[in-house]
Amino acid sequence: MSRGFDSGAAAPAENDIVLRVDSLSKSYPGVRAVQDVSFACRRGEVHALLGENGAGKSTLIKILSGAVERDTGSITLDGQPIAPASPIEAQRAGISTIFQELNIITSLSSVENIFLGREHVWFGTVDRRRMRREAQGLLDSIGAHIDLDTPVKRLSIAEQQLLEIAKALAVSAKIVIMDEPTAALSEAEVVLLFAVIRKLSASGVTVIYVSHRLEEIFQICDRATVLKDGRFIKTVNVDEVDRVGLVRLMVGRDFDAFFGAAAPASQNTVLDVSGLQAPGVSDVSFSINAGEVVGLAGLVGAGRTELAMALFGAAPRQHARFCLNGREISPNSPRDAIAAGIAFLPEDRKHQGLVLDLPMRFNMSLVVLGRLLRFGLLRLAEERRVVSNLARRLAISAPDLEVPVRRLSGGNQQKVVLAKWLASAFDLIILDEPTRGVDVGAKVEIYTLIHEIAKAGKAVLLISSELPEVIGVSHRILAMKNGRLVAEFGAGPTEEMVMEAIAG
Amino acid sequence: MTMSLIAKDKPAPTISERHVRRSALALFLERYGILLVFMALFIAASVASPHFLSAGNLLNVARQVAIIGVLSVGMTFVILTGGIDLSVGSVLAVAALCAAALKSYPSVVVLVAVLLLGAACGLVNGTIVTRGRVQPFITTLGTMTILIGLGLTASGGEPILGAPKSLVFLGRGQFAGVPVQAILFAIVAALAGLLLKITRFGRHVYAVGGNEEASRLSGVSVDRVKVMVYMIAGVLAALGGLIMAEHLNVGEANLGKGLELDAIAAVVVGGTSLSGGRGGVGGTVIGVLLIGVLNNLLNLLDVPAYTQLVLKGCIIISAVLIQERVSRKA
Repeated sequence: MSRGFDSGAAAPAENDIVLRVDSLSKSYPGVRAVQDVSFACRRGEVHALLGENGAGKSTLIKILSGAVERDTGSITLDGQPIAPASPIEAQRAGISTIFQELNIITSLSSVENIFLGREHVWFGTVDRRRMRREAQGLLDSIGAHIDLDTPVKRLSIAEQQLLEIAKALAVSAKIVIMDEPTAALSEAEVVLLFAVIRKLSASGVTVIYVSHRLEEIFQICDRATVLKDGRFIKTVNVDEVDRVGLVRLMVGRDFDAFFGAAAPASQNTVLDVSGLQAPGVSDVSFSINAGEVVGLAGLVGAGRTELAMALFGAAPRQHARFCLNGREISPNSPRDAIAAGIAFLPEDRKHQGLVLDLPMRFNMSLVVLGRLLRFGLLRLAEERRVVSNLARRLAISAPDLEVPVRRLSGGNQQKVVLAKWLASAFDLIILDEPTRGVDVGAKVEIYTLIHEIAKAGKAVLLISSELPEVIGVSHRILAMKNGRLVAEFGAGPTEEMVMEAIAG
Repeated sequence: MTMSLIAKDKPAPTISERHVRRSALALFLERYGILLVFMALFIAASVASPHFLSAGNLLNVARQVAIIGVLSVGMTFVILTGGIDLSVGSVLAVAALCAAALKSYPSVVVLVAVLLLGAACGLVNGTIVTRGRVQPFITTLGTMTILIGLGLTASGGEPILGAPKSLVFLGRGQFAGVPVQAILFAIVAALAGLLLKITRFGRHVYAVGGNEEASRLSGVSVDRVKVMVYMIAGVLAALGGLIMAEHLNVGEANLGKGLELDAIAAVVVGGTSLSGGRGGVGGTVIGVLLIGVLNNLLNLLDVPAYTQLVLKGCIIISAVLIQERVSRKA
């Protein structure tokens, strides 16, 4: 069943088409999710599938992986028409999909996971030794170093992902679809994953790669197919386009400058931190002026979020003291920090930013309920007015104010978190990964918003793992490493300079 | 702050339409699914027993559900924050004992003492849950046992006969033919509904139940909200105890046995999620009435008491199952 790799395999031939999708359509009640989409993948290429949220990527992936059935159109794999009616059928045909929510059973061993449902049987008993040998072979072939004796629940997300890849190879996948595989990975893990993807591709496996992170497309993909509003737009060779070109295809209109333009900052200091100590943060000093966007770059674990948490009074057992608008404060809870004039958009909007089951209206007014009181009672009409104004200003796409935020797209959810803070009166806003998992259109809107917040005289601390974003949006950039600030850059350093500081 | 965003001209009509259609139906069924079940039962009851629809019988049902109703309203607050309070039955019993023991005191003293007792029990529960980080289930299981033990010790295991005469209207009074108990339940439910809907505290209850971390990071004092809901549950349980003592003219340590489970059943049948953040007092009222009507109907039909238990359990599960199905289909 399994096969090893010959890493010296021939480069993919130009016309060696392994997967062909023809006029595929799929409608749900009220929406045409995919309309008449055709594209083809070559053997051994890494093929990006791009588009904003709602462009039809997910539906297309679900059709290919057998999770939903198409309405019309055809799929040809190696010349054979296929119509997978279930994920198992798709796998048997040669298409394995690695979803964001991994299909790993944490109570089983690594070997059992790889051979789940296809255990080697020897005289009625499971042939553990052979399975183990083959599992090791598969992991070795992709250069994954996973100790087969480590319980799966103690493996990192990245390692579990590698297990899934091994699982795909165990069924001789010709196509491996990866949906946002780097969303939960650290930079080092991404590098490792990319090495694995290159090995897959060199051995003739085609990878269909879905990601919101454009720079990854340029790093790892050969070609990209762009979808918009459920329709096929274009398939391009990645080395023939640039970032702006891709964005233009995805959103269907031009952005003069992807990251927007910053207005000059004032000289009035809003935040002044000196010698700050907090869990995971040591001796940090910096300041932010009114109207200034300061970027905070660093690898995962460098202490960026810990710094934000300390400033926001959300870190455990801390004694952070710093000056805000010339007044020394020491917030002991987010409540204190908010009262002092600090707003904080946390990195994980689903777990930290939103109450998913509650209506958009409740989420957006949560911070400013105190202002909406009269005689101790909420002025509901006023609340509706405030919230609907914000929804309009941020162009949040939702049927009404009462929709539970769980039903909104990632970009719109993030805008709800932003709106929650924009409703309040703050002097400093800390944005921790404000564009994580949102589509390109919403990203640009968020950049515009950041500039507008700054223009209104607020101080902005922008934490982001995407270097181009930090560099493109900020007036100044602070580099953080091991809990300390190690370098500071004015406007426009190169990515290499910043990377050198945070990783070197 | 002025905000001119690029995307003002970018509505996504198809997606919005889908949202509207799905959410309108889903919202209706989520909110009113249990009401439909209740109405079905009500109609079935009217058909099955000629006595059911008589004014006397309906008022009787209203009185029978009042105490469990008051308890359930308090339980709703706790469950909305994602907690549970198993001690309400024993708080009720201890409050009834307290009322009986204070029967010779002026009504104000009795009222204040009993309600303070309930608040104190809630304060203890809430403090252990928040400061001690003990799971609500275990905390209140413990305080439940302690309270029953204290009640039995204080009363020597004997009922204390009598109750303050000045407050007897709470248990036996009528106003315009309607039992005062039922009126109290209605008032408590209405106030609780308003508290949840139009106060900051009410919003915080939903926020904490829906996502504690997000609430904390939005400036909500999560611990304070939690302590408050246990205090509300305690006060309402004590009120229930006072009503019961006045109604039965006796206080006893085992009066509240099992009532906490009836209250939880009513809350859950009423559509409030045990994981917190979803539901409300309206649903609880219907849940209480549904179980009350069911009990009444089984009595009218002369179903033996033991069989009633079996049927009651089945119907509680079915009611929740039907709701689940209906709202999932939407």
